[in-house]
Amino acid sequence: MLGRIWQILIKEMIQLRRDRGARFRLLIPPLIQLIVFGYAATFEVNHVSTAVLDFDHSQESRELVSRFTGSGRFDLAALPGARTDARALIDRSRVSLTLQIDPQFAQQLRKGETAPVQVILDGTNSNTALISLGYVGQIAREFASDYQIDRMRRVAPSYLSQLPSVQMVERPWYNPGLNSHWFFIPGIIGSITLLTIVNLTSFAVVREREIGTLEQIMVTPLRPLELIVGKTIPFFIIGLLLVILIALVGILWFGVPFRGNPLVMLFGTGLFLISILAVGLLISTTCSTQQQAFASGFFYLTPTFTLSGFAFPISGMPKVMQWLTYLNPLRYYIVVLRGVFLKGTGLAILWPQMVAMTLLGLALLMLCVLRFRMSLD
Amino acid sequence: MSANRLIAIARKEMIQVRRDPRSLFLALLMPILQMMMLGYGLNLDARHIAVYAYDQEGSQQSQALLKHFQASSYFDLVTTVSSYRQLTGAIDSDRCQLAIVIPYDFSKSLREGGAAKVQAIVDGSDDNTANLAIGYARAVIGEYSAGLQLQWLARQLGASANHAPPIAIEARTWFNEQLESRNFIIPGIIALVLAMVGAMLTSLTIAREWERGTMEQLISTPVTSREVMLGKILPYFAIGMADAALCLVLAVAWFHVPFRGTILSLFASTALFLVVVLGIGFMISAAIKDQLGASMIALLVTLLPTSMLSGYAFPIDQMPGAVQILSYIVYSRYYVTILKSIFLKGVGLSALAGPTAAMTVYAFAIGYVAMHAFRKSLE
Repeated sequence: MLGRIWQILIKEMIQLRRDRGARFRLLIPPLIQLIVFGYAATFEVNHVSTAVLDFDHSQESRELVSRFTGSGRFDLAALPGARTDARALIDRSRVSLTLQIDPQFAQQLRKGETAPVQVILDGTNSNTALISLGYVGQIAREFASDYQIDRMRRVAPSYLSQLPSVQMVERPWYNPGLNSHWFFIPGIIGSITLLTIVNLTSFAVVREREIGTLEQIMVTPLRPLELIVGKTIPFFIIGLLLVILIALVGILWFGVPFRGNPLVMLFGTGLFLISILAVGLLISTTCSTQQQAFASGFFYLTPTFTLSGFAFPISGMPKVMQWLTYLNPLRYYIVVLRGVFLKGTGLAILWPQMVAMTLLGLALLMLCVLRFRMSLD
Repeated sequence: MSANRLIAIARKEMIQVRRDPRSLFLALLMPILQMMMLGYGLNLDARHIAVYAYDQEGSQQSQALLKHFQASSYFDLVTTVSSYRQLTGAIDSDRCQLAIVIPYDFSKSLREGGAAKVQAIVDGSDDNTANLAIGYARAVIGEYSAGLQLQWLARQLGASANHAPPIAIEARTWFNEQLESRNFIIPGIIALVLAMVGAMLTSLTIAREWERGTMEQLISTPVTSREVMLGKILPYFAIGMADAALCLVLAVAWFHVPFRGTILSLFASTALFLVVVLGIGFMISAAIKDQLGASMIALLVTLLPTSMLSGYAFPIDQMPGAVQILSYIVYSRYYVTILKSIFLKGVGLSALAGPTAAMTVYAFAIGYVAMHAFRKSLE
C-alpha cells in the first residue's frame, strides 16, 4: 500500500515539476495578496477630511476647531463660506464630515448657556462614521470640561481642587497601539491558505477526468484511499510551506508579534489543512469539468470567509449564522492563529478549537473516501 | 466582422453553458448567496459588547457608574468578578471584550476632589471593536463625570452659577441615517459578485478549448479573433446583467437598502464594468492554456483587487499613500464609487463624471486589447 501511495506521490511531483508556471503561481499570488491586503485592510480611522464652517470667528470657536485638527483624527480639507457649499462637498465625497459653529457660539459660552455645535457626517461608510462620531464626542467633552475648569478658575478658584471627576484609563491588551495589521494578518494567513489549497485540490481529480487520464488510473491496482492520500500529501506539504512563508513575511515585514509556540501553530495548521484538503477533494470528486470545480470552489469559499470572523465579528451576526460558523474550519484556525500570534496562548486555552478541527477533518475525510468510491464506480 | 459567425460562436458558447447547468446555476445563485451572507453576516456596528466588571470598592457610587454601563445599549454587563485573574481568563478566552476595573478608593477620591481613575481593559486583538468599545466607554464615563461635576457645582455654588453643559454636539448623519453596516456594504457586493462571476465564467473559455483539444477545430473555421472574443463574451454578459438585476432586487426588496438613483445609470455603469471584467477574464484565458493556471490568475486580478482595493468594505482614504495610488488602477474602485453614490446619495452619472469616464476608458481599452488577445495559431 505504501508503495502505491509512493508512486502516486512521485507522479504528482513530476507533474508539478513539469509545470513551470505552477511554482510561480503558488508563490507569487499569496505574497501579493498578503502584502496588498496587509496594507489595505484597515478599519482604523485617521485624517477624516473635514470641512469647517466657523460663523463665529471667536477665540473660543478657533480653539474648538484647533482641537479637532490637532487631534490627528480630523484633517481640515475645506473652509466653505456657506452652508450650501458644505452640502455640495459632502455630496461629492470631498469631505466626510462638516463642523458648523454658529455666530453666537462664544457669547453663549460666556453666558453659561449650552452652545450647539452642528456636525454632519457622511454615513455612506457606517463604520468610519461611527468611529468618527466617537472621536467628535470625545473632543467635545474635553473642550467642555476644560472650559468649565477655566471658568471656575476665574469665578471660584478655591473650589477648583475639589472638583470631582472620573477619568478613564484605557488598556488595550495584546495590541496596545490598536494596530489593524495585527488583527488582520493572522486572519489573512488563514484565508490565503484556504483559497490556494481549495483551488488547487478542487482541480486535482476533475482535471484527470477532463483530460482523460483518470481512466488510466482506474485500471491500476490503486485503491481509492491510496489515491486520495497520494494526491493529498503534496498539497499538505505545499500548504504547510505556504503558511510558514506568509507567517514569516507577516512577522518580519509587518512587525506582527509572535508570542506563542510555533509548534502549536504548526499543529493547528496541520489539522486545518486536513479539513480543507478534504473539502477540495470533495468538490473535485463531485464535478465533471474544471469549470464546475472552479465555480463550486467559489461557492464554498465566499461564505467560508464571511463566517470565519476574519474581518467581521461573529458576535454581530444573527444566531443562525453564528451556529453555521461552528461548521467552518477557518473559524477555528483563525482563533488559533490570533491566539498564538497576539495572545501567546497555548493548547491549554486553544484545545477546543483543535478538537473541533480534528472532528471536522475526520468527518470530511470520511465523506471524501465514500464519495470517491462511488464516483469511481 | 460577420454577424452570422458571431452569432454562431455565441450560440455554441450558449449551448456549452446550457449543457453545464451546474455552473450556470452557481453563477445565478452566487448573488443570492453573497447578499445573504454579507447582508446578514457583516455587522461592524458592535452593539452588545460583552463587559466584565471588577468593582474593587463595591460602594454606592461605583455601582452607580456600572449602572450607566448597564443602561447603554452598546454594552452588555455580563458579570461582576472579584479578581484580576478572572478578568484575564475572560479576555484570553474571548468571553468578554471590555473589562471595567473600579479602584478601592473610587468614592474616596471623588469625595476629596480630583480625578478618580477607572481602568478600561479592552481586547485589542480586534482593533475595530476595541476602538468602538473605547469610544463608547469614554462616552459613558464622560457623561457620568460631567453629571457628577454639575451636581457638585450646584451644591457648592447654589443658584448663583450656571450649570448647563457648555457645548452640545448635534450630529446628523446623511445618506445612511441609521448608520447601518448593511447599507454601506450591500451596494459594493454587486461589484464583488460580478467580478467573481466574470472571473469564474470567462477565464476558462479558451483554456478549455485547448485542454479538450477542440481548439484545432475552432481554428480551422473561418471565424476571426474578434468574432471569437465577442461571441464568447456575449452569453456571459447576459448572465452578468441578470446577476446585477438579481442583486438590485434583493438589495432593495429584501434588505431595504435605499435606492435613490436611477436604474438607467446603474445598468449603464454595470455594462461598462462587465465589459472590463469579462474582457480581463477572456485575456487571461487566451494567455494561459491550462485551466488551473487561468483560474488562479483570474482570482488574482479580478476578485482580490475588487474585495480589497475597491473601497467596498475597507475605506481607501485610510490606506497608506502607495496603496491609495495603486487603487486608482483598480477598475472596481470606480464602479464601487458609482454604486454607492447611486444607491445612497441618489446622484446621477453626470455628478459622477470622473469615475464614469474612468470606467468608460477602461472598458474601451480592455475591450480593444481583448479583441486582439486571441490569436488563431496552434503555437
